[in-house]
Amino acid sequence: MNASTVLGQVVDVLALLLVPPLLLGVINRVKAKAGGRRGQPLLQAYRDLARLLRKGLVFSETTTWIFRAAPIVTLVATLLAGLLIPLGGGGPVGFEGDLILFVYLFALGRFFTTAAALDTGSPFEGMGAAREVTWAALTEPAVFFVLISLASWSDSLSLDTMLLAPAGPHAATLVLSAAGLFIVLLVECSRVPFDDPNTHLELTMVHEVMVLDHSGPLFAAVLYGAAMKLFILATLLVRLVTPHLADAWATRGVVLAGVLAVAVVIGVVESTTARVRLARIPNLVSGAALVTAVGFLLAVR
Amino acid sequence: MALALVLIPALGAAAALLYRDNHRRPWLLVAVAVLHLALTVAVLFGAIPAPDTAWLWLDPPGRLVLGLVSVLFLASAIYAVGYLRYRAERNNAVFVAALSALLTALTIAVLSRHLGVMWVAVELAALVSAPLIYFNRNKRSIEATWKYLLVGSVGVAIALLGTFFIAYAAVHGGAEPSLRLDDLATTAPTLSRPWLRAGFVLVLVGYGTKMGLAPMHTWKPDAYGEAPGLAGALFAGGVTSAAFLAILRVLRVCNAAGEGAYASSLLLGLGLFSMAIAGALLIGQRDVKRMLAYSSVEHMGILAIGVSLGGVGTFGAMLHLLANGLTKGVLFLSAANLHRGYQSRFTTDVSGALRGMPVSATLFLLGFFAITGAPPFGPFVSELTIARAAFLGDQPLTGALFLLFLLVVFIGMGQTVLKLCFGDGPGPTTTWRDRVATTAPIFALLALVLMLGTLIPEPLSALLHENVTWLEVHP
Amino acid sequence: MGSLLDSLLVLVLVLNLYALGTSRIAVVIRVVALQGFVLAALPLLAHGEIGAESVIISVAAVALKAVIIPMMLFRALRDVQIRREVEPLISTGASMLLGGLGAALALAFAKNLPLTAHDGHSLIVPAALATVLAGFLLLTTRLKAISQVLGYLVLENGIFIFGLVLVDAVPLVVEIGALLDLVVAIFVMGILLGHIRREFSSIDTRALSALKED
Repeated sequence: MNASTVLGQVVDVLALLLVPPLLLGVINRVKAKAGGRRGQPLLQAYRDLARLLRKGLVFSETTTWIFRAAPIVTLVATLLAGLLIPLGGGGPVGFEGDLILFVYLFALGRFFTTAAALDTGSPFEGMGAAREVTWAALTEPAVFFVLISLASWSDSLSLDTMLLAPAGPHAATLVLSAAGLFIVLLVECSRVPFDDPNTHLELTMVHEVMVLDHSGPLFAAVLYGAAMKLFILATLLVRLVTPHLADAWATRGVVLAGVLAVAVVIGVVESTTARVRLARIPNLVSGAALVTAVGFLLAVR
Repeated sequence: MALALVLIPALGAAAALLYRDNHRRPWLLVAVAVLHLALTVAVLFGAIPAPDTAWLWLDPPGRLVLGLVSVLFLASAIYAVGYLRYRAERNNAVFVAALSALLTALTIAVLSRHLGVMWVAVELAALVSAPLIYFNRNKRSIEATWKYLLVGSVGVAIALLGTFFIAYAAVHGGAEPSLRLDDLATTAPTLSRPWLRAGFVLVLVGYGTKMGLAPMHTWKPDAYGEAPGLAGALFAGGVTSAAFLAILRVLRVCNAAGEGAYASSLLLGLGLFSMAIAGALLIGQRDVKRMLAYSSVEHMGILAIGVSLGGVGTFGAMLHLLANGLTKGVLFLSAANLHRGYQSRFTTDVSGALRGMPVSATLFLLGFFAITGAPPFGPFVSELTIARAAFLGDQPLTGALFLLFLLVVFIGMGQTVLKLCFGDGPGPTTTWRDRVATTAPIFALLALVLMLGTLIPEPLSALLHENVTWLEVHP
Repeated sequence: MGSLLDSLLVLVLVLNLYALGTSRIAVVIRVVALQGFVLAALPLLAHGEIGAESVIISVAAVALKAVIIPMMLFRALRDVQIRREVEPLISTGASMLLGGLGAALALAFAKNLPLTAHDGHSLIVPAALATVLAGFLLLTTRLKAISQVLGYLVLENGIFIFGLVLVDAVPLVVEIGALLDLVVAIFVMGILLGHIRREFSSIDTRALSALKED
């Protein structure tokens, strides 16, 4: 292990820690531009996080330790998942079969978020939790289908090496997987057209409604974790479709640029589409899962 | 010259759309029918050479069905003159054109040498039948037309898929791919077996839908019930025969490929099932036309069983093809007379028809005896032949079931027909009376049925035997 | 050539799922039109070289499947004044899942079929089977008459795809005849749809229940 590799891993981890709030800024900026507004500064998300960290904590009397632990557990789980997908390849953590850990780290985070929402006893939060879990039941298979299609042609069960394998003749699968994964990303990160992060009506919320009761540093952890999830899924998507370059640093640059591009695309999608009706969302998400499943079938044919 | 068989009815259809006189238009049908029958007779007796092109020719079962269709059409055409005169208030341009187009499509289907061409013709026949069913323009006829169109179109689409499968069997077998029936028969041993089997199943289901074999018969009672009687006669005698012809032609390819046993077992199963279903639904049937539709389902089953038995059974089936077609003409046309006279098709409204409309009711009653296999009519001979084939061919169970179902059908239809013909109901409620144009064709058809049952002319007998040897090719 | 062909077939499969997954009839018509457009490109790709026959079939398919038939359907849709399939027998989500299952079965099944070496590698046969199945699903689970017509169209599209492996066996006349028959069938069905709507004030096929055994 030479110095360049070590340095690379450090950069990967730093990117994972520092870049996520920037993505929120980019999305907001694109939306503002599309709407003809000046919009927030690019780094507004960092300032928000800093402000929240300085504030005090308020807890409802009905909540238990779950409510307090949830944001931290979710953040840590997300962070661990992020470590499995380095920007450049040859990451700090990784082993055969870690793709299952990857999916279940997200599930763990989701479990705690929803458990905390239920813990508050608020009907709105319970409703949000129900929606979140319903959709997750559909997005998880989609992610799995993408990962096992990858595994099928890379002959590996480790995320890091899987993502390095060239798709070769499986271009169709790649396109289907990417399309499915993009929808999963929009759902998982509560973006329009599935959820609106800026909505102000509890009834229409999904993710935001679950974290209404959090405050101060814990709310900062929630927001930060959400942004990190966006970063990780975007990284997965970009690494899926970009060819692997021989030079790890070049790969890193390309992937990072790609992640920012994904944020731009999300901004465009958010400014051009309207939210779909809640009842139709399961159809769309299971459509995404099906598309990835078809991709998988094509890959193993 | 022989291609005029196709051209004449096509021109007739075009003329019907252009000709303005609603009153005289039906005579076009008679003209077309007479010319068609004259040409058919000339072709069948060799006065004019049969068509022999890449796509059209005349094979032995084609000769049978061509004659049947032509005769039935003439009878229906003459009947149509009387029928449409009675319903003069209605514009009959589309009806006449569709009848003529139906004859075109059936003729092409009968003459086709190529599975693809045959498919196009059968589909065409299905489409031009829609206006015939919809002639009465009421709720019930819309419903019937819709079901007929949708089920029929899907069925025919399946037949196309089956045709493609058979073509692929040829491609996979490495032979020069072709859908020409004679090419397929010669290259049959090289055909890919799984594709051929799958193709036969789909063709059987697809054309079986057009034939009305159970369980693909659901559209039949509705369509036959709502269509005017003369259209019903052409459907039950002509369209079903053409669809059966399509199955026979593919069956021959299967026989030539050595898959005859497989194909026959499918035919036998569907045939017995059709007879059973028809028997069950005929009992207590109050609607005369629906009764005839189920009877048609039953007889399609008999055809399938006869062919599946092979040998003597095939002979019986080919004879039954003629006998059933002609008898169905008798039944549908005479039932239409009763329907018009009483303004109802239900046994609850019609009874004592033998007194009210003696001619039509007598014809109907005789038609009933004929179709249920009573001597001395044609179906008696053909059904007996098939039963004999079953017992001789060591299939006593098939034979026993066959006879049992015939009995059930006889009892079921008998109830309805007796109620209709006897009893002491009031006379006809409309101004419709039996006339020459609406009874003479029925007499003629009945005479033919009687002839088939008493003495089969030598040329016909030879043709039937030729059909058996044509069908029973071996690899 | 081969990979472009396969990609288009994958698109056809995805369009099947889309058609199954939406209840808005106008959307289904558009999807079927798009599918017709994609299908029309296939004859040009399927045979390696572009012959006059494939060009004619392509042009006819574009004109009929992607333009004329959708126009007739939109006209019918305007006449019957409905917008969506309200209560299909099984929900759109479930029928989409069944469609996906059908595609999986078709892929698995086609693997075991005896195919020539050339066709064994392409997606033509499984895509054809999957499309036929999707058409059947639409036909049997939708209750509006116009949706059933769309199911019939998808079914025909599947058969059209299967026809791609049969260039030499099926003559042009038959292919064109099949296309024209389809147009006439849709035309007649479109007329009937209007009549159904006028007589029954609905095109729900459950209203078509006068004819049955009592």
